[in-house]
Amino acid sequence: MTTSTSTAASPYVATNADSLIRMRGIKKVFVTDEVETHALVDVHLDVQQGEFVAISGPSGCGKTTLLSILGLLDAPSDGEYRLANEAVSDLTPFERARVRNRQIGFIFQAFNLIGDLTVYENVELPLTYRTGDAALDPAERKRRVIDALERVGMSHRTNHYPAQLSGGQQQRVAVARAVAGEPAILLADEPTGNLDSQNGEAVMSLLQELHKGGATICMVTHDPRYAEFADRSVHLFDGRVVDDTAVARAV
Amino acid sequence: MTAPAFSASASPVVSLRNVEKSHRTSGGATYVLRRITIDVAPGEFVTIMGPSGAGKSTLLAILGMLDAEFTGEYFLRGHPVHAMKHEQRRALAREHIGFVFQQYHLLDELTVAENLHVPLDYRGIGKSERASRVADILDRFNMVGKKDLYPRQLSGGQQQLVGIARAVIGEPSLILADEPTGNLHSAQAREIMELFARLNAAGTTIVQVTHSDENARFGHRTIHLKDGWME
Repeated sequence: MTTSTSTAASPYVATNADSLIRMRGIKKVFVTDEVETHALVDVHLDVQQGEFVAISGPSGCGKTTLLSILGLLDAPSDGEYRLANEAVSDLTPFERARVRNRQIGFIFQAFNLIGDLTVYENVELPLTYRTGDAALDPAERKRRVIDALERVGMSHRTNHYPAQLSGGQQQRVAVARAVAGEPAILLADEPTGNLDSQNGEAVMSLLQELHKGGATICMVTHDPRYAEFADRSVHLFDGRVVDDTAVARAV
Repeated sequence: MTAPAFSASASPVVSLRNVEKSHRTSGGATYVLRRITIDVAPGEFVTIMGPSGAGKSTLLAILGMLDAEFTGEYFLRGHPVHAMKHEQRRALAREHIGFVFQQYHLLDELTVAENLHVPLDYRGIGKSERASRVADILDRFNMVGKKDLYPRQLSGGQQQLVGIARAVIGEPSLILADEPTGNLHSAQAREIMELFARLNAAGTTIVQVTHSDENARFGHRTIHLKDGWME
């Protein structure tokens, strides 16, 4: 570590140097028509291997911006971000894409399945973007796709198309696509937003199961009911972390 | 009156003969499509309209080989789709069909350029050929400056432009569009329809499903469906 950061700025930061995610003083400023919007003001966040963290807050609090930066879809305007002990805040877009493809699995509100690809092909897709050292041979690719579909209980639907599945089933396929890459972390953006409460809870139970199996998960949600499925709740307000607590759970 | 850009006498791209689809229910069978017989000529731009539940999307799914559970005959460029196995249909669909969806179906964690690579990866096209096709289509669609952006950084209209570019990049003989402007406001919708019209004028056969009379005017003819029947 060469940088010393003002960790005292936030009472919510653990001091584990081996954190899977370590953010210090993350800022994000958007400029439109010469007006500056400070989406993230000064975010400090550590996530340990194996944690299930819910990030919540009112709309406009910066949670989607934070998820984009966590997921390397966007770079911070300022601050330090280390992912699995690699400094990733100043990478070029190309390097960011490489790290993202290996380390991060995404689950989106709108599922983002491609309608003219089968369930199998949709899950396989991100694996086909691995090149060079990270490239997978066809047998390994197949193993991972089948394994991921089994984990979400969709291995009997490999030749189906998204339109032939219910919303809940589509989201399970999307979860399989995210885990097939065996990423260091799963990022979920309102994963239940397009589902009724029954399917929503089923997807949350699935995430909980993956978590028990060792997966690290960060999930953005505005719904406190779903935040309770996580074991830690981070609350954002006006671009800052204002609360960070363990979720109490009745045994 | 513009002259039709297609030749009705040429052998059809799509030929449906007595296509029917039904679901078994406790009281017997419920038909979704009944006795659908349609020919679509090369270069034709056909619109399918009808109330919700009329069978429009089901018909488009059958045309796109996303749904193989139907009776009757379906020939795509003379190939008997109704008699094929799953893998054969997949290969045929990949070669001939480009799909445009109402919800775009872009991958949010891939850039514009990477999203355009997707259909080529599934067509077994070599790396340098893929790169040049992507560069070419970005140029044609005026999106070179947006190639490294992610879908969420684009407007809905721009995302659908990427959706159409992805459908076109595989050089399909048939584009199927399911409510392609359903999520767009009217100015963006018109731009998207004008793009379809230009692609059609350049020779691409198009079948669209829409609720919009304005969108239907861009096509050569309209097929009306009601309760699964052609009117």
